Amino acid sequence: MNGVLTIDSAIVDAIVAHARRDHPDEACGVVAGPIGSDLPTRLIPMDNAARSMTFYEFDSMEQLRVWREMDDNDEEPVVIYHSHTATEAYPSRTDISFAGEPGAHYLLVSTRESDSEEIRSFRIVDGVVTEEEINIVDATVDA
Amino acid sequence: MAIEVRIPTILRSYTGGAKIVEGAGDSLTALIDDLDAKHNGLKGRLITPEGGLHKFVNIYVNDEDVRFLGALDAKLSDGDSITILPAVAGGALGFVAAAALLGR
Repeated sequence: MNGVLTIDSAIVDAIVAHARRDHPDEACGVVAGPIGSDLPTRLIPMDNAARSMTFYEFDSMEQLRVWREMDDNDEEPVVIYHSHTATEAYPSRTDISFAGEPGAHYLLVSTRESDSEEIRSFRIVDGVVTEEEINIVDATVDA
Repeated sequence: MAIEVRIPTILRSYTGGAKIVEGAGDSLTALIDDLDAKHNGLKGRLITPEGGLHKFVNIYVNDEDVRFLGALDAKLSDGDSITILPAVAGGALGFVAAAALLGR
């Protein structure tokens, strides 16, 4: 593994809660952060327009609105997350084919176990998947 | 006729890193041809070999998804603003089934 995703524990908790809420459908969303900071700071849960247990897709109009909002705020999508609800938290061939944000951390949460979550992070660039560590920080301690 | 086109990060290798480029054309097809003439290879990332819009990108004219405006036949006018975004999709489903589900 090389590279690391540093992310606030409150954001991770909110992502897991979103994934649990939408289970058994896949949940998806974005965590925006200031351009160039590599720090995810603003959680934006997105609708899964596919409403499927095995597929997710951002609604194209919601995506346009959110991407413009990030542009206006000088933000970029630092994390793009989604859940797998019956399989491991590893990018599927579909995930790899669609991965269109080379600068983003692709965070996967598996909710297949009811009492624990598997959370893993990857870079996906030109079809190549590289797993990275997740450094979960507690902002209340840092502040 | 000048039409502003916003290019996503993943396609900026075709535009020399430019985030916004200008193009011309009275339809999306004509605009993409014009862009490809200036930024060689861009067309292949937007249009499939079969001649349809690629499912990996979303293209918007002003505030509307072009799939609701006739896709490649969408009419364009001077001053329109085009936004290209990577489609964000995926999931545990196999790729072929997922592509069919997208129905694009």
